[in-house]
Amino acid sequence: MFGLPRSHLMASGSESQGRRGTERPQVLLLRRPLSVLHEALSARFQLLRPWESPVPFDRFLAAHAAGVRALLVTGLTPVDGPLLDALPALRFIVTTSSGVNHIDLAECARRGIAVANAGTIFSLDVAEYAVGLLIDVLRRVSASDRYVRRGLWPRAGDYPLGSKLGSKRVGIVGLGSIGSEIAKRLEAFGCSISYFSRSRKPQVPYTYFPSVGDLAAESNVLVLSCALTKETYHIINRDVMSALGKDGIIINVGRGALVDEAELVKHLMQGEIGGAGLDVFEHEPAVPEELFCMDNVVLSAHFAVHTLEMSSELCQLMIANLNAFFSDRPLLTPVLVRT
Amino acid sequence: MESLGVLLPIPMNAYLESELDRRYKVFRLWESPPERRQDFIRANAAAIRAVVGNSKAGADADTIDALPRLEIVACFSVGLDKVDLAKCRERGIRVTNTPDVLTDDVADLAIGLAIAVLRRLCQADRFVRSGAWLSKGGYKLTTRFSGKTIGIIGLGRIGLAVAKRAEAFGCPISYYSRSEKPNTNYKYYSNLIDLAANCHVLVVACPLTEETYHIVNREVLDALGPKGVLVNIGRGPHVDEPELVAALREGRLGGAGLDVFEQEPDVPEELFGMENVVLVPHVGSGTNETRNAMADLVIGNLEAHVMNKPLLTPVV
Repeated sequence: MFGLPRSHLMASGSESQGRRGTERPQVLLLRRPLSVLHEALSARFQLLRPWESPVPFDRFLAAHAAGVRALLVTGLTPVDGPLLDALPALRFIVTTSSGVNHIDLAECARRGIAVANAGTIFSLDVAEYAVGLLIDVLRRVSASDRYVRRGLWPRAGDYPLGSKLGSKRVGIVGLGSIGSEIAKRLEAFGCSISYFSRSRKPQVPYTYFPSVGDLAAESNVLVLSCALTKETYHIINRDVMSALGKDGIIINVGRGALVDEAELVKHLMQGEIGGAGLDVFEHEPAVPEELFCMDNVVLSAHFAVHTLEMSSELCQLMIANLNAFFSDRPLLTPVLVRT
Repeated sequence: MESLGVLLPIPMNAYLESELDRRYKVFRLWESPPERRQDFIRANAAAIRAVVGNSKAGADADTIDALPRLEIVACFSVGLDKVDLAKCRERGIRVTNTPDVLTDDVADLAIGLAIAVLRRLCQADRFVRSGAWLSKGGYKLTTRFSGKTIGIIGLGRIGLAVAKRAEAFGCPISYYSRSEKPNTNYKYYSNLIDLAANCHVLVVACPLTEETYHIVNREVLDALGPKGVLVNIGRGPHVDEPELVAALREGRLGGAGLDVFEQEPDVPEELFGMENVVLVPHVGSGTNETRNAMADLVIGNLEAHVMNKPLLTPVV
């Protein structure tokens, strides 16, 4: 388990590890990560890989993870009280996501466990994905691509007209790093931008609305780019959808549970809303099958962050945060728990 | 005064047709079977003083010759490749098109196609609709669009609109044009191969003329390369289509987003199985808002002609 000291590729000489300085520090993983990340981590840290063991997860932790101080969470795997109970020496969690709704932050704070996330490195990828989804919905890119591939263009004639993006009133829910990048891009297409956020941002040139309902009433498009919290759970509910109106479009690159999914499906089926571009769902990977035959809906499998560029940036950031922890330096992208 | 006789070669747009019907006498060429169309034109030539054309059908030399009273060709498009402009000039026939009103939609689609190809949007949608997410659960890493160098062929209205949008994604802009344009900070290439070799996404946004026919040929595609993406929002014949299919098949070209094809509505079926292409059926200006605006411009030009007023958007 401890292995022989390997090379000089180690991250920290910290005494408090309780090991000889040249050994690589231990990091617990819960699931197999993307191979690029996996390779980069293996080169620098001693990885505990429960999925490779024939022993059940709880027994693995009891046998091997009693002394582990750092956990790297991938794939939004939940981190809750019972898991933390099994890791008494844990002092640091870093997640490959920006969102942290899968981590019980209060429990971490109680136990003195620092948490870091992926910061804003996904902003460009998510923002362009949101814009791509919106153009796709309005201009029927995926739907008309299907039409062409089925050989319908010669047989059934020209594809029905879509809707113009320019002059659409776009309401952004959550004007953080991702929301700001989305706003900047859509302005170049001639959209007008408004937003709802926890608080007004005086330095931005966009119109602030104090509630999502008010924002929806004055928008043709809602783009969801906020964190999922108790307050934002189902923030897009039936009332908001009604306020948005029959021609309204919803683009969700946040979390599925920001939207009352059952209501959205009903609205789409009844023609009470204009369309949707959805990268996230309440119960991924399950997607309501009623959506599969709709041409005014574009579906994606939580892919908004997954670019080659992101994966190399993510590796660097995860390793930098782990190195910082192991050498008692400030974390690069700490998650500050709001009290 | 004699009602303007207008020849409409093919159906284009219901709103346009109803507006034409309200004002003029409309001769619908497609209502005759193909073998009787010459006769139809001959029989009505005395009454036809206008033709409304578009990207598929306009006024070629034969049509113009068959219409001795033709005064104006009003195109329901900005492209004029279906109109024999030289012949119109020779005969003193006016020609109008629909610039500006469709610039935004076409530029929007160009960016939409680029993102869809690089980020595999249509592929993701197929993945979910097939139920594969439940069983396979995998993800593939795609390529970020933001920050990639965009090469534009033709820096006219549409080319500039594409540039403006791409800039908001942090994309450096280069272009190839007959001559360098003043007042831009974009990098000019006087050679299309050099442009293709130095950009990630190549966008065709120039008019189709004899000079630009097959301007995107095998050499240009090879220069664009195995990671390069071609976006065609111009005309199908801008691109040597068999060479394009071969380049994609052989992996010499990274991907393509295509709104136009050499033989619309026929699309090379080999493309249907490729996940690095996005194929849309000539929808560049295909929104209700824009087609209505284009129709209004066609009517506006015809009305101005009838009233002897300056044409709104004359080309000839």
